Amino acid sequence: MADDLLVARRLVVSYAQSRSRFGRNKVAPTVLHGIDINIGKGETVGIVGESGSGKTTLGRALLGLVKPTAGSVVFDGSDITALDEFSRRPLRRRMQMIFQDPMSSLNPRHTIGRILIEPIMLHGLAARRPEALALVHGILDRVGLIRSTVGRYSYELSGGQRQRVGIARAVVLQPDFVLADEIVSGLDVSTQAQVLRLLKELTSEMHLALAFISHDLSVIRSICQRVVVMHDGRVVEEGPCERVFASPTADYTRLLIDAIPLPTVDPGWLTRGASVEVAGTA
Amino acid sequence: MNAPRLSIEALSAVSSRDGDRPILRSVSLAVGVGEVHGVVGESGAGKSTIAKAILGIMPSQMRITGGLIEFEGVDLLSLPANGLRALLGRDIALVPQDPSTALNPARLIGSQMTDGLRLKRGLSAREARLRARVLLEEVQIREPDRVLNCYPHQLSGGMRQRVLIAAAFGLEPKLVIADEPTTALDVTVQKQILRLIRSLQECHGTSVLFVSHDLGVVAKICDRLTVMYMGKVLEQGSTMDVLATPKHAYTKALLAASPRYDRPDTGLEPTPPQVVAALRAEIAAFDASQMAETQHG
Repeated sequence: MADDLLVARRLVVSYAQSRSRFGRNKVAPTVLHGIDINIGKGETVGIVGESGSGKTTLGRALLGLVKPTAGSVVFDGSDITALDEFSRRPLRRRMQMIFQDPMSSLNPRHTIGRILIEPIMLHGLAARRPEALALVHGILDRVGLIRSTVGRYSYELSGGQRQRVGIARAVVLQPDFVLADEIVSGLDVSTQAQVLRLLKELTSEMHLALAFISHDLSVIRSICQRVVVMHDGRVVEEGPCERVFASPTADYTRLLIDAIPLPTVDPGWLTRGASVEVAGTA
Repeated sequence: MNAPRLSIEALSAVSSRDGDRPILRSVSLAVGVGEVHGVVGESGAGKSTIAKAILGIMPSQMRITGGLIEFEGVDLLSLPANGLRALLGRDIALVPQDPSTALNPARLIGSQMTDGLRLKRGLSAREARLRARVLLEEVQIREPDRVLNCYPHQLSGGMRQRVLIAAAFGLEPKLVIADEPTTALDVTVQKQILRLIRSLQECHGTSVLFVSHDLGVVAKICDRLTVMYMGKVLEQGSTMDVLATPKHAYTKALLAASPRYDRPDTGLEPTPPQVVAALRAEIAAFDASQMAETQHG
């Protein structure tokens, strides 16, 4: 496609080979077995999978935070796996991340103001601090936080407010691509709704491409255009949400969808699909 | 209706950390024989506090200020510690939230599972071991002998939760308290665990108090629901009534905020400000009425 922003080809990630205490080589476990994925400009893509599926590793590899064993990640025409740290730097501003747990991703010893101003200065989006502060005020208004939040510390905020700071920190840099890894999994449903709604509005306003990693297919369906289903380090199904949810082709996708408990009474739900027990006891 | 197995009446509690802030506001609920009763709410609703109050494990800064907890007619709150201890495990068991911290990492599964059977059921070591093996088979663990000889870290989260469920139901208690038992699990594993709890419960006629933040989960496993907010019961009824025709605006708001894959155009509705204001007013009015009562009494 002509308007692809991020393209990963045959991406393989293995843990580094290590030696056991007895000097024997341990087998390097492979986390991603040759993943192909395209994310278009302004496109929102959900990446779903259960624990151990490799979805977080895939996200990190897309941002260049994990060095792939094989394969390539091309961002807007340049292969980021081939670039050294220095040449990658200009791309850093354009690829941002919103973290799962804002409590551990926001420095508790820095004020929210400092957390938001520093990257703006670092990437040269403002020449002087007052200009940076003006940008910060603008983004706080947009994400629904009062301006005096700049003087607060992360531990003084609620979970929903902290996640808004996480979103503000990512989008204030005017990125083209944002990776959001399980950003609402710790939030109450009413707070989750607000955060997701905000993210959905921002992606369309700013024409942001979004990779939204989640274990929750209902959340993905509500904010993503396309979905990638992962299982054991492989993509088992991929397509527009509408098609995948209406007629999944992979058995695993079917299994995942059938396992979502909807808030409606359905007496047959518990026993349905009883034959599909997951094998293995480890 | 027969007498309920568990009956909580006007239970109130405060947290002394911020000047006796109320955390349970005159909560009443009843769990019938063989019934799964769901307690749902967001964080701070007091749902786990209820579970802790029943088990007598309230943190030291929390204090019960009034009300009753009756288990088969016995008032648990006035029971001496050894009386409660005799009931716990034998008649009342807990399935905890986080299967990774609930098991002792330094002891084999086999020895942890047989503790209750020996202490509460008086089985010999050999009998307890055989019983534990049967229990593991009941929760569909394929190699029970291997699992009995494992340490907790050698098992997956879903397996650990199966072990804990087997241990809880294994003493054939009359009441199981399940505190967010599937929150830490993947959805496919969650479904298996829910199925397991329901089938064990039906098989033994156990009553279950099921605490959860997830409306979808309680919809699938509970017969009746209690919806809570800031320690106050807002709505109670059959699962069908509460979810299909919610009466309280807060229940409606929770349902409207929940994303649903089958209805992509609905969900994610923010709670209307007037609902939030009405909730605050409801809580404030309740606190004021309590205050007036204590002054007159």
